[in-house]
Amino acid sequence: MSKLSQFSRSLAIVKKDMLIFYLKGPVVIMGLLFPFFLFGAFLIGRDLSHAYLFVALIAMTAFFTSTAVGPTIIPWEARSKTFERLISSPISITTVLFGDMQASFYFGLIITSFISLTAIFLGIALNLLIFIPVVILALLTFSAMTILMSSYPPTDVPADVMMLSSLVKFTLLFISGIFVPLEKLPWYARAVSAISPLTYMVDALRYSVSMHGYFPLWLDLIAMLLFSLIFFFFGVVIHKRVLEKRFT
Amino acid sequence: MNIEIIKAEHLTKYYGDFLAVNDISFSVHKGEIFGFLGPNGAGKTTTIRMLTGILNPNSGRIEVFGMDMKKHKIEIRERTGIVPEMANPYIDLSAMRNLRLMGRLYGMKGREIEERSVELLKLFNLYEKKDTKVRGFSKGMKQRLSLAMAMLPDPELLFLDEPTSGLDVMSARLIKKIIREEQKRGKTIFMNTHNMQDANELCNRVAIINHGKLIAIDTPEKIKEIGAKSNVIEFSLSPFKFKEGIVDGRVEILGDKVKVYTAKVDETIKKIVNYAERENLKIVSLNVEKPSLEDVFMALVGEKNE
Repeated sequence: MSKLSQFSRSLAIVKKDMLIFYLKGPVVIMGLLFPFFLFGAFLIGRDLSHAYLFVALIAMTAFFTSTAVGPTIIPWEARSKTFERLISSPISITTVLFGDMQASFYFGLIITSFISLTAIFLGIALNLLIFIPVVILALLTFSAMTILMSSYPPTDVPADVMMLSSLVKFTLLFISGIFVPLEKLPWYARAVSAISPLTYMVDALRYSVSMHGYFPLWLDLIAMLLFSLIFFFFGVVIHKRVLEKRFT
Repeated sequence: MNIEIIKAEHLTKYYGDFLAVNDISFSVHKGEIFGFLGPNGAGKTTTIRMLTGILNPNSGRIEVFGMDMKKHKIEIRERTGIVPEMANPYIDLSAMRNLRLMGRLYGMKGREIEERSVELLKLFNLYEKKDTKVRGFSKGMKQRLSLAMAMLPDPELLFLDEPTSGLDVMSARLIKKIIREEQKRGKTIFMNTHNMQDANELCNRVAIINHGKLIAIDTPEKIKEIGAKSNVIEFSLSPFKFKEGIVDGRVEILGDKVKVYTAKVDETIKKIVNYAERENLKIVSLNVEKPSLEDVFMALVGEKNE
């Protein structure tokens, strides 16, 4: 079975996920409504530059949209008894998870692309050569993160995974330099922020609007790439390890 | 010549400390319907999950189409259709979209999927509902769609886990008819069931599993011969009254009837007649039969079943 054939089959999973999960209530709430309310709360009462606001808006949108779909798919499938059929078809677990990851990615990409148009209304001179690769890489990283999030515990209760993933997401949100720039954080907070993939997206996005950031741009890109590979790799490994527990 | 489509050798599966399948070996030949029988929790579903590559055995070896399951899982699945026991179609998708998804997962081309889907939807009496979301389907309709999804790529081998369990008579009959037709087309079918009537009507060979251990494997008729040493005497008395111990052998009281499993037919009938005369009871009916597959199954596993 060629890799190309498995990739083509993963697209069938993407389509299935789009049709079933994109409009599920929790996905709409956590992926669409929530980031905008959060951004509204962040905006009110602050006198911030348009560029700063734009970076925060895009980072929050990309982060919340691309992590809204993925964590719930497998618990949902396990609960509705469709998972066994899916994994008994001629595709590997990796293909299934790659399909789910793409579904998260495209959801994030569609919404983030749409929101990116605000740059025009805010009059921001956006460096698209930096902005586009950064957003794509960040969406891939966050989508891969959802594969890891859905891997453990091997539950069939989507709410359990949602709760755990929300805990992780909010922790990352507050340590990633969105609300307070990295350079203004104390050294220990900066050390903690280095473990968040969102930190690197926010930092790289600042390059796309103002040509400067805290870390070098190449480091931001490599960090996101490494995070995405690590998340997906360990997500797949854990999913495979706990697969049996989903049937017992 | 019997071509082995499935060959299972010394399969053992543990869930933690629990031994679910205990060193079982069997083979399934091309073109046969092979029934895997056993009470709930006997290890049937675990076995089918190992045979379809969903679970890995702790020890033992599985070959399907002459290929090792460990090394050629995807290639084997390409030629296999599976209806898992607890699997549903996607209820948020229409019947047609479920079939399209399955076709894409099997690498079928768009036109081939459309044509085959329409053919199967008609075969399973679901064509009128092709664009209806499965959410509104009855259990029988879902099961028919499930089987259609498994048959979409026209696989050489079908694994069916309890295909008629809990279905209405019409759906169950239709599914059984289609299983027979698939066999006529040269397909091999591995079927888990606890429905003895289905096994008796459909299967060329059956294996009986209990507590993870294979306890019999043969044709239904030969399995019945295991119990042929004993006959079944079924009788009813009016007014109904029966005292344990008046006859030898295993006794089952079923409503107003008594079933006695015994090798001593003459002696037992005389005892029943004497008992009826003594107690002044009318013999409403008295039949002597060979044991059914269900009787033999019960004799083999029933009393030990928890």
